Amino acid sequence: MMLEVKDLAAAYSGIEALRGVSLHIEQGEMVALIGANGAGKSTLLNCLSGTVRAKRGSIRFDGSEIVGTRPHRVSRMGLLHVPEGRQILFELTVEENLLLGELARGSRTSDYGLSEVFKLFPILQERRLQRGGTLSGGQQQMLAIGRALMGGPKLLLLDEPSLGLSPIITDQVFDALQALNAAGLTILLVEQNANRALQVTKRAYLLEHGELAYQGNSADLLHDEKVIAHYLGHLPSA
Amino acid sequence: MIAQQLVNGIVTGSVYALFALGFTLIFGTFKILNLAHAGVFMSGAFIGYFAVLNGLPLWLALVLAMIGSGLISYIVELGAFATIRGSGQIEFGALISSIGANLCLMSLGQRLSNTKVLRFPFETFPVEFYEFGPVRFSFLQVIILLVVVVLLMAMMFYLYKTSFGRQIRAVSGNERVASLLGVNPGLVYFQTFFISGALAGVAGIMIGLSFNSIHFYMGEPYLLKAFVVVVLGGLGSVHGAVVAGMLLGIFQNLAVAYLPSALTETIIYGLLFVVLLVKPSGLFGSEGVQVGVARR
Repeated sequence: MMLEVKDLAAAYSGIEALRGVSLHIEQGEMVALIGANGAGKSTLLNCLSGTVRAKRGSIRFDGSEIVGTRPHRVSRMGLLHVPEGRQILFELTVEENLLLGELARGSRTSDYGLSEVFKLFPILQERRLQRGGTLSGGQQQMLAIGRALMGGPKLLLLDEPSLGLSPIITDQVFDALQALNAAGLTILLVEQNANRALQVTKRAYLLEHGELAYQGNSADLLHDEKVIAHYLGHLPSA
Repeated sequence: MIAQQLVNGIVTGSVYALFALGFTLIFGTFKILNLAHAGVFMSGAFIGYFAVLNGLPLWLALVLAMIGSGLISYIVELGAFATIRGSGQIEFGALISSIGANLCLMSLGQRLSNTKVLRFPFETFPVEFYEFGPVRFSFLQVIILLVVVVLLMAMMFYLYKTSFGRQIRAVSGNERVASLLGVNPGLVYFQTFFISGALAGVAGIMIGLSFNSIHFYMGEPYLLKAFVVVVLGGLGSVHGAVVAGMLLGIFQNLAVAYLPSALTETIIYGLLFVVLLVKPSGLFGSEGVQVGVARR
């Protein structure tokens, strides 16, 4: 098992954001975590990557307990978090952003070096020497994903990769994620765009007010009346 | 005459640049105005002085001063900045606590020197002069320029061409994201403060040797100059600090030579005023960088 979270609770600026969440991800899976704004999705990811300290519960990643481990150690273990809003380092060039990502790899081997990332996102190669801040939103998202890949992830956490992107660019990003997953990468995908997230995953969790409200097959969730009403709105095709 | 003043100005300016570089490195990376930089500079001169006094060769004294003031700079970080980092008041709080740290260092220096001016023993540094046509310069000036140029180049290389430099710039941009990518922020804090302090220590010895005068208050005038250099060059800009430091040194020497000496300071600060009117972000400043204290 790649990730096993048990009874995780955390507070974020005094508010109880997570109240006992348990979930698990198997090696090679791509799992969606959906929920409304403020449901605790980002807090959950922050707990996993170590930037928010869990109040209670356990997180086992690739066989070791990581609650209380500092963020740079977590990422060096191979759990890489692409944060919400992409968070490109504006002053560094595209290439420097990518090379920085290499740091998390340490002595582990990785399937992804500069050339693989450039193959996945050719636009990054064109913009190689530009500052990160000059990229468009979609390119920044690609850079953020590429940068995490450079770290040789065993598990990739993505926080709202479609945020602020046009539908066409969103498709490109999701295509890339599906390709990565097909090549064996384990992915936890957090999305407000639930419809899109459920389409590309097999299994999903639904988070509501810091608790798991539903878990199961993504396809079932897509057709669940309550989920449709609350999270998907009117679906043309699903 | 003017060529002579230019040479003198470049040497003075290179020391300004060295001092200002450590100051701007901390500001550029952590948005901290580290007023204890003056105390660290003075500590470097003191360490060098006591090393020479105990019979060590000058080059070894220089190395010891670099390491010693680098460590002192990191101690300032641990005592004055790391302790208040979580409070959310780092920008203004650090300004105040750095004043405190500076006072501690100065008091220590005052005790060690009994409030006296310390002088290197006679012939610590060979007094030799070279003449090239109308220009005359001393062996010390050559060494100072050489050391400063080597250090500046090493620092540029470190910041822009190595993985460590990338990590420093990453933490400067966004500490949380940097740590998500495997950067250990604690190590970056150590390196940055150590380098800043080591540069100040070298500048301290250079100034101590140039004027053969070391005292607990020697850092203060340079701190004020560093402000001028850093603002002139653009806050947080490394290139800007180097160019502005040189300019200030040259300008100051020319002003002393050709204008009434009482006017020198007036002219320097007047120049600063004019530059800020024309280009508020400084010569090399980017529009995005703002004075940390006034940001919110």
